[in-house]
Amino acid sequence: MNKAVRDVELALALALYRTMARIRAFEDAAEEASKGGVAAFGASLSEAKVRGPLHLSTGQEAVAAGVCAHLKKSDLLTSTHRGHGHTIAKGAALDRMMCELFGRAPGYNGGKGGSMHIADFSVGMLGANGVVAAGIPIAVGAAHALRARGGSDVVACFFGDGAINRGPFLEGLNWAAVHALPILFVCEDNRWAATTASDATTAGAGALARAEAIGVPGAQVDGNDVFAVWEAAGRLLAEVRKGDGPRLLHAITYRVKGHVSVDAAAYRDAVKHDKELERDPLVIAAQRIATRDQLEAIGREAREEVAAALKIAHEAPWPEAKAAYTDVQDTGAGRWRG
Amino acid sequence: MARMNYARASCTALEAAMRSDDRVVVVGEDVGRGGIFGQYRGLQQAFGGKRVIDTPISESTILGAAVGMALAGLQPVVEMRVVDFALCAIDELVNQAAKARYMFGGQGRVAMVARLPNGLWSGSAAQHSQSLEAWFAHIPGLVVVAPATPQDNYSLLQASLACGDPVVYLEHKELWGLEGDVDPAKSAQLGEAEIVHPGRDVTVVTWSRTRHTALEAAALTEQQGVSIEVIDLRTIWPWDRDTVLASAARTGRVLITHEAVQVAGFGAEIAATLAEETDARVRRLGAPRIPVGYSMPLEDESRITPQAISAACTKLLEPRNARNPHR
Repeated sequence: MNKAVRDVELALALALYRTMARIRAFEDAAEEASKGGVAAFGASLSEAKVRGPLHLSTGQEAVAAGVCAHLKKSDLLTSTHRGHGHTIAKGAALDRMMCELFGRAPGYNGGKGGSMHIADFSVGMLGANGVVAAGIPIAVGAAHALRARGGSDVVACFFGDGAINRGPFLEGLNWAAVHALPILFVCEDNRWAATTASDATTAGAGALARAEAIGVPGAQVDGNDVFAVWEAAGRLLAEVRKGDGPRLLHAITYRVKGHVSVDAAAYRDAVKHDKELERDPLVIAAQRIATRDQLEAIGREAREEVAAALKIAHEAPWPEAKAAYTDVQDTGAGRWRG
Repeated sequence: MARMNYARASCTALEAAMRSDDRVVVVGEDVGRGGIFGQYRGLQQAFGGKRVIDTPISESTILGAAVGMALAGLQPVVEMRVVDFALCAIDELVNQAAKARYMFGGQGRVAMVARLPNGLWSGSAAQHSQSLEAWFAHIPGLVVVAPATPQDNYSLLQASLACGDPVVYLEHKELWGLEGDVDPAKSAQLGEAEIVHPGRDVTVVTWSRTRHTALEAAALTEQQGVSIEVIDLRTIWPWDRDTVLASAARTGRVLITHEAVQVAGFGAEIAATLAEETDARVRRLGAPRIPVGYSMPLEDESRITPQAISAACTKLLEPRNARNPHR
């Protein structure tokens, strides 16, 4: 047992494992329900419960779990198109999430957003986003709002390795550093930017090196080791909360699934891929927690919770068509055709 | 009632809003020094750097941060220098600000006023002289406002701050020094046009600086015995259909004129509505579909003049062509 684990109470270790197990169970079910749901990567559009692109964070659960374990409800979070894990780890309910993925009225967004825009403002989760790096400027603004409110709340801003090649990454980190904003930037580096290996399109040493060049210190961590993530995120978040300015956590992980659920990711080397699968974050965590029965119980409970969420989503009502016209804008509401 | 210019009027309205509501903040380049047009003069001294926030030249993050501020409870006023630079922040405006409330199912909303000075800016050439109101009118979720006078820049800014929606607020790049009377007690409704010159023969629908050009044209045509009714739309979205349709019913002839390129300009939307709803004869007068040139003879090709408006009105009064009764 390494030091990180010794430092973590067993109860905490189990809580981290539980978060990961719930994310895994949720996404496994969502993946199954999405079959035939998107016309891309050779798949055809048919009757699927979860429609459109479904970006799975399978294999990356340790990053969401390890970071969000340190967040309070009043802290804020911005996410990516691959945001189920962040949403669950921040405290959203699986049934309302599943309803949203199914496009049903009781979903968090009333069926208006789906997987790609999943949000639960009541727990400070300000939304997944369909545009790479778009959450970074939003996090910057949210941090200004927290500062105006006073207190020690922070923003956790998740983005992928692909985002560091977009302008808002440079803009947002520079701005956050200049204004010493309370933001933990989390680069969830799954090493694939859509269907291209990110190292083929990224110069230099990546997210942390770029952040340090801007004056944002941070840490690089094995993103598949939930205890390592937890330890590093805790240290960085303590500095952020103290008012030391932004920090960046560069978590190296691996995208187990394709870019979207129907992408078989045949463009990846099979031997290398199989080797990566051996580094499943749940397995790594399980090996270090010597309470097999409890882990099995946690896994079982997560699957039961997801089964109940699926049942609720299956039975939930669709939004009425007229809901398409609500929450657009108040000024000029009703003027839909000129 | 006070005499002030267009820049001061907006600054006065903003200062009042910041005094009455702590949530109102300003974010953008050079705002601490008063903004490049003086439209923020004195505000940072009055409210400090945490409410009048100087930023890097990072348009994406200026607008994107405004979205984050709004979702987290502030009410940002965004300084974008000129509308042309807002194109660096088009994702943040179109995909984020305009969509957030809807796609999150009403969990958050973006009460924001984005000031994007619009219009032809003399001698400033192709990247500083565009009029892009039609782009924003096309985007569900956005309100589009274009004040033409100091009074309207006071009252419409106040109304925009109060409406709770993301507002694209298009002041004109060359109206900052325009003097006028401002009555702080006079309010304006978004979506309400103003008939600024009543007339009998032709309705001219316009907004922003072209309001003033149209008034000059009205004086010109009056000498020829033609009476023009000038309507300043003031709000582009939602535009005041009722006022325009009622005027069209009175005059039977409508010219829509704007500084923006005529092709796919917002005039086309108004013309289409008139075609659907009335029997009025309709013409448009916008800029040719060319970038704005630097040299004066080139730039003038993009300028809307009183003479051109007057000529277009005269054309609407000519007998209908037998082969094409609508021309």
